[in-house]
Amino acid sequence: MPTITMPEFQFGEVFANIDLLLEACGLTLALWAAALAAGLSGGLLIGLARISPRRWIAWPARGFVELFRNTPVLVQLIWFYYALPVLSGIQLPAFAAAVLALSLNASAYCAEIYRGGIQSVPAGQWEAGRALGMGRLRLLRRIILPLAVRRMVPAFTNRAVELAKNTSVASVITVHELMYSARLFSSQNYIPMETFTVVAMIYFLLIYPFTLASYALERRFAAGRA
Amino acid sequence: MTRADDVVLQVEDLHKSFGSTEVLKGIDLSVRRGERIAILGSSGSGKSTLLRCLNVLEMPTRGRLILDGEAVGRPAAGGATRYREAELNRLRARVGMVFQQFNLFPHMTALENVMEGPLSVLGRPKAEARATAQRHLDRVGLGGKADAHPARLSGGQQQRVAIARALAMDPEVLLFDEPTSSLDPELVGEVLGVINDLSEDGRTMLLVTHELGFAYHFATRILFLHEGRILEDGPPEQVLKSPREERTRRFLDRFTAFRF
Repeated sequence: MPTITMPEFQFGEVFANIDLLLEACGLTLALWAAALAAGLSGGLLIGLARISPRRWIAWPARGFVELFRNTPVLVQLIWFYYALPVLSGIQLPAFAAAVLALSLNASAYCAEIYRGGIQSVPAGQWEAGRALGMGRLRLLRRIILPLAVRRMVPAFTNRAVELAKNTSVASVITVHELMYSARLFSSQNYIPMETFTVVAMIYFLLIYPFTLASYALERRFAAGRA
Repeated sequence: MTRADDVVLQVEDLHKSFGSTEVLKGIDLSVRRGERIAILGSSGSGKSTLLRCLNVLEMPTRGRLILDGEAVGRPAAGGATRYREAELNRLRARVGMVFQQFNLFPHMTALENVMEGPLSVLGRPKAEARATAQRHLDRVGLGGKADAHPARLSGGQQQRVAIARALAMDPEVLLFDEPTSSLDPELVGEVLGVINDLSEDGRTMLLVTHELGFAYHFATRILFLHEGRILEDGPPEQVLKSPREERTRRFLDRFTAFRF
């Protein structure tokens, strides 16, 4: 009768060296925060450009969105790190290249969230603002965006969570973030199963509080509307 | 004051097309200061479009608009007019509008809705805007609802807030686009009452409505629009009781067919 050997998990080994992984969390968080902040602000500008009545503003914005949304973020990252120096002579440090690629990628997605959110605000709100004599920018700032942002929170949360995990692609250009350290650690100790399981838990613990905060924000907006 | 000074708003040969459909086919209209004009007509007659052209929420396809003796926009090729955004914003700050669907800002309280124009368009200090807004809310009978969001107000109350919001800009001309058409019948009265009370201010008002009885009592002048043209223009007594045109008569008959 064949014997089934239970695999012997060696989580102890991973937890003994957990500080290696936790240190790398700093860079993961930094990448996430930088790309999210840049994506939210850059996305706003590009989203506004996208709905501009002027074609020479709207079309380049659309081109940007299509370019960054329809190509893999991994390729974008490699491109900024390896191809940009060849073309322009500018060699970015790995971290900067990663922030740049992730930010532009996030901007493209966020631009579409802003555009959708803004266009979902009923036309009557635009008309009411215009009838008071409000200019386009003031109307956006005072009326349209405050209303649109409420509808956009779930979509932004979705994007932000995706982005948190996307930071792991920075490992391919040697940014010493969480996934890079995990790969290093697992290849040195030959315990990939355990290492990556622990890494998944760490990602969960990093992201989940953010998700909870966004639910709280949604609830606050829902209460304010009543 | 000369006769010309009395005219606050003048419209010359106004045309408006949506695609290949011409909705307004040449409107000439002279509005004197203090006039209260009710605009009647069946749906599709162009009455709402005319009103929306007066504050250029709709861009006229052709024609001139003159507010207080100043032509709005600059003439362009083919009888069209070119408008600049800044100029339109200034015009709209002086020509108020009350919408059929109220269009209150849902994220603001009633008071904030009324404050918004004076605060962000006229640049009034916050305390002053607040005091003015409260006064206007009091005037439409909603002083006690200042802190309520629109979702907490009935349709009639929302429309009264919308009227206060328009009044807070102290507009030279106030436009009402079917202000009671989306209200439950029992709420129509309170809104018409508020509009009627504004008569004593002597403010120039234009009102698109289907409430013939109200138009009769409220208006100093009635326009009847048919297929994009002004078919009848005169005092309520004359237009409503002895209309010149067969079209007008038929329109009025539909309203009186089921009198009891």
